[in-house]
Amino acid sequence: MRPRRVLYLLVFLLVAAIGGFVWWSQFPLIDRIEVPDPASFERNLVDAGAKLAAIGNCRSCHTDRNGPEFAGGRAIATPYGKIYSTNISPAPGTGLGHWSEAAFARAMRQGIARNGAHLYPAFPYDHFTRLTDNDLRALYAFLMTRPPVENFVPANELPFPLNQRWGLAFWNALFLDRRPVMPDPSQSPEWNRGAYLVAGLGHCGDCHTPRNLLGAEERSRALSGGEAEGWPAPSLGPDSPAPVPWNAEHLFAYLRHGSDTEHGAPAGPMQSVTDAMSHADEVDVRAIATYVANLQPATTTNDKAPQRQATAASQSAAPGPGEELGATIVAGACAGCHAPGQPMVAPHGLNLALSSALHQSDPRDAILIVLGGLHPSAEHSGPMMPAFSGTLTDAQVAAALQYLRRHSGQGPAWADLEDRVRDVHHAMTGSGS
Amino acid sequence: MITLTVNGTAHQLDIDPATPLLYALRGELGLNGAKFGCGLGQCGACTVVVDGEATYSCLLPVIAVQGRQVLTIEGLGGIDKPSPLQQAFIDEQAAQCGYCIAGMIMRAHALIQKTSAPTEAQIREGMEPNLCRCGTHMRIVRAIRRVTAEAREAALVSFRETRR
Repeated sequence: MRPRRVLYLLVFLLVAAIGGFVWWSQFPLIDRIEVPDPASFERNLVDAGAKLAAIGNCRSCHTDRNGPEFAGGRAIATPYGKIYSTNISPAPGTGLGHWSEAAFARAMRQGIARNGAHLYPAFPYDHFTRLTDNDLRALYAFLMTRPPVENFVPANELPFPLNQRWGLAFWNALFLDRRPVMPDPSQSPEWNRGAYLVAGLGHCGDCHTPRNLLGAEERSRALSGGEAEGWPAPSLGPDSPAPVPWNAEHLFAYLRHGSDTEHGAPAGPMQSVTDAMSHADEVDVRAIATYVANLQPATTTNDKAPQRQATAASQSAAPGPGEELGATIVAGACAGCHAPGQPMVAPHGLNLALSSALHQSDPRDAILIVLGGLHPSAEHSGPMMPAFSGTLTDAQVAAALQYLRRHSGQGPAWADLEDRVRDVHHAMTGSGS
Repeated sequence: MITLTVNGTAHQLDIDPATPLLYALRGELGLNGAKFGCGLGQCGACTVVVDGEATYSCLLPVIAVQGRQVLTIEGLGGIDKPSPLQQAFIDEQAAQCGYCIAGMIMRAHALIQKTSAPTEAQIREGMEPNLCRCGTHMRIVRAIRRVTAEAREAALVSFRETRR
């Protein structure tokens, strides 16, 4: 072959490869439909969808702070840049108004918008892909009967090449597992329902599973602990940091009511999850609790609780060398609510020996709780803790936390704690003290 | 010995370093403006300003305040010479029983120091931690708007000039 022919062949192959890739990565537009009449959806279906939407906690990402429900626009901080949630109200101009059920199902199962563009996996379609047709239909009926709100959402702030949506075709080829959750006949129907909800609509792994460099969940380490918006999300399995292991009963109380006597209250992004769970079907919340509690070793059910509480009560509060500052701050700032005998009913003023945050190797949850406090949302009651950011200095917070780690928590002292506090404080407020 | 600097004056106090600042202010220094409400950091009646930040003094041990500047309502002004913020609270009759008012004024003070011309939304968000059981919130918000009206007007004028 003459060199020129080789060149032609290479050019041809290149063009064919590009063409093939474009063909492979593109999805067709799904035709717009007339905005459906809300009255055309069956009431029972809409109600079922409302309860499912609570399990999926759609509201949390798709509603901006103090913004109209489901109108999107909330900035989601990802390690790659800011992504703004979309408007999923049935607004014809900026929401889902013209989306057919088929378009909705394709978005949920494949991460493709009605116009054929790829959606970013900040939207957990890698979980929603497991939803049954019936559940998708109910969710569609629920969303299409919400008040339509026209709301333009800001453009995502992602660097090149991540701002090229077609690149997600590769991500999906590598990481999108579209197989349904297969029932395990050896387990109870409740456990199986829980397994389906945890892997699918509940998308628990979105925060509680570690991610690889490309931002996909590591399936072999499912639910072994991840991260959410700067908060370490603890393991739900055998490595759970909870000093008293969870059982289904306590996990149900925590998920359903946003607090538990043996584990306290949710903090950070988990708060919106338990808020939402209070609107879900109670049977489904129980199923999730049953499934997740079973991820922990069977031998460690509730028998450790009294033992652990006794240990907590007997723990010496006498400060060791170098701990005087921490001990004094804990006595003046924390003990008023958290010391035994305070006039608070559990889970308010939790006995800190029960705190998962103090038992984790990563101190950030504990730091975030102390700096930011706990604030129940306006619609839900729950334990309230004042923020100590700006009240105590970073050095004082570090001293108090190191003391609590040793006397109420477990495990080696947290390394470079003052620097960690400063970093977290800086990320929270843009400045430290 | 604990050194507390309150309203610009340093005090040497021989007290337990874990004592909450509120007790030191009221019990040792006779500064009774800040009130004990809940003792749990939930109501804000004890609010004072430490290094420019509104702070629950019931939950702040004195050891944590050494070397920092504490400002209480007595440091703003008194009945003879109220500060503009205090005068605005008087003009709007923002106090009913008055128990929360010292804390409200101190939180408002810290807010205004940071944001001289706060919007209504910023005032509401900034004052959110402090509770008033009489329900005079609307008057409290009006008082803060009143004292910041001039600054807001000035900000508006300078904004218009930059647009010109």
